[in-house]
Amino acid sequence: MENSSRRGFMGKAFGAVAAVGAVGSLVAMKKTWDPLPSVKAAGFTTLDMSNYVEGVMVTEKWRGKPIFVLKKSAEVMEREKGNAAAEARNIKIGNDNFMVAIGLCTHLGCIPAFRKDTNDFLCACHGGMFDASGLVTQVPPPRGFDIPPFKIEGNTLVLGEVGPEWQAMKDNGVTL
Amino acid sequence: MAHFTKATSVKDWLNQRLAIDTVEKVMASEYWIPKNINFLWAMGMVLVITFAFLVVSGIFLLMYYVPTVEGAFYSVNYTIMREVDFGWLWRHVHGVAASVVFLIIYIHMFTGIYYGSYKKGREMIWISGMLLFVAFSTEAFSGYMLPWGQMSYWAGMVITNLFAGGSLHADGLVEWIRGDYVPSQAFIGRFFMLHVLLVPLAIIGLIGLHFAALRIPHVNNQDGEEIDFEAESKKYLDGDKKGSKVMRFANDFMSKDMMVVGIYLVFFFYLVFFHYGFAMDPVNFDPADGLKTPAHIYPEWYFLWSYEILRPFNIDLGLILFGFAQVIFIFLPFLDRSPNTCAANRRGVAFKVWFWLMLSNMIVLTAMGKLPPEGVFSQIGLVAAIVFVAQWIALPFITAKEKKV
Ligand code: HEM
Ligand code: FES
Repeated sequence: MENSSRRGFMGKAFGAVAAVGAVGSLVAMKKTWDPLPSVKAAGFTTLDMSNYVEGVMVTEKWRGKPIFVLKKSAEVMEREKGNAAAEARNIKIGNDNFMVAIGLCTHLGCIPAFRKDTNDFLCACHGGMFDASGLVTQVPPPRGFDIPPFKIEGNTLVLGEVGPEWQAMKDNGVTL
Repeated sequence: MAHFTKATSVKDWLNQRLAIDTVEKVMASEYWIPKNINFLWAMGMVLVITFAFLVVSGIFLLMYYVPTVEGAFYSVNYTIMREVDFGWLWRHVHGVAASVVFLIIYIHMFTGIYYGSYKKGREMIWISGMLLFVAFSTEAFSGYMLPWGQMSYWAGMVITNLFAGGSLHADGLVEWIRGDYVPSQAFIGRFFMLHVLLVPLAIIGLIGLHFAALRIPHVNNQDGEEIDFEAESKKYLDGDKKGSKVMRFANDFMSKDMMVVGIYLVFFFYLVFFHYGFAMDPVNFDPADGLKTPAHIYPEWYFLWSYEILRPFNIDLGLILFGFAQVIFIFLPFLDRSPNTCAANRRGVAFKVWFWLMLSNMIVLTAMGKLPPEGVFSQIGLVAAIVFVAQWIALPFITAKEKKV
């Protein structure tokens, strides 16, 4: 009896030590899989917005992801008028209007192709479609293109930094 | 009883230390196999052999493969394919085996379903089998990343995005799995580790469990007959080999198994030498490019049926049904409420229809998954996906009504 309670105590003591060790090693394993600091630090891209041409979609790169930049023509702006969802996504720099968005389909992450003649995007993976402001016109994508955090500094746009315009978009649920 | 005597032979020396005679009996000559089984019962052995081919060819590929963003594509497509003598052989064996192993797994699974080999004490065989299926799926996916071609990259992108859970937007989880915002060096490194070490270890362990689960209930037979293995093996050992319903695993049953394996290997090497193209996606011969999606992304053929269940729905419902399809097979022993353990065709109309419909519907889903998601194909895919789910929901009800045969 005395023996077995002593063994019981030893078993519990070992269990406690092992549990601490197990939790500790799980934390270490989880952290080892985290993105490295160098990966996180390389997360800024600066775009000079005076370089873009109306109606020509340019793909930039930020955190390894494609960024769609489309300078919208007057005609596109005219069409968007009254469409609150589209207007809320518009990025105004000086007198120019832009669509800037992460060029990954919000369904499962393929890169949709821009179709110049129809001014929209088609995702070949599962047939999703987006208009020139980045809103979904054909499912399965669940929402419009996500807009990367940005800050407007004069004529440039810094991706990865949070400016008031982006914060407002986020607060209003325009982007994630 | 640690008393050792001077050995009379090498065998005796080993026997005293390792009891090899007893081991041999338990594992082979007195491991009893029913006589009334057919070639479909050789699929397990075919799987073992195919797994062995994967391991051996993998070892040789491993010596030249370079797990880096810059080096991976080149090391596979140039070094291994062109420079290393017979490098192409290892690559083609590995690729063909990875594809064919799923064909055999599906045959093996449907054999099990057809003969009710997941019931009455055989539940753990089935469950360990399904865990093997999950492990093989992980192994196939992680291996597919390694050549770092366009399909590797984009399949990696799309599949890891599934973990965002649709509207849950668990982007942090996705980035954690990747070790970066997009698939990159951290991604190759960890999937390389999974593919060559962790998942193979798990597979070997699971094969051990699968076999252990077989030892007590023994394999099923064509008639689902409950055999008294003790009595039948006694009959056999007493000399009535003809009258006994069982035979030895080795060498008796093994010889039949290996006959099937022989035929399979002819077919296998025909594919390796003359027809390996089906196992290598042409799109994957372009190096990975994070800024260009291939026109049409689809998984390897063995994932198409579940992919097609994901595709026709909006993302949340799609993910839920996809998850359902991934796990539901494991619950089969508990969803089948019928008292019968015998061939599907003899269990009454309801289950007979269920079985053949399930098999053909999965073939339809596979075909639709390969076709572009347009027009009538999307419609067929949608119907097939709904039928798949409906069949599983119906299963407990139709089997509960089944009459004892
Ligand atoms: C590479 C993976 C696998 C290997 C190496 C393997 C190996 C084997 C072997 C050697 C047998 C005994 C001989 C036979 O009946 O064929 C067996 C039986 C069995 N396996 Fe597997 N298996 C694998 C995967 C699976 C999977 C994915 C399932 C499906 C859930 C499964 C379900 C079964 C069942 C139900 C039996 C019993 C058959 C019976 O009693 O008639 N196995 N397996
Ligand atoms: S990834 Fe674009 S529609 Fe599925």
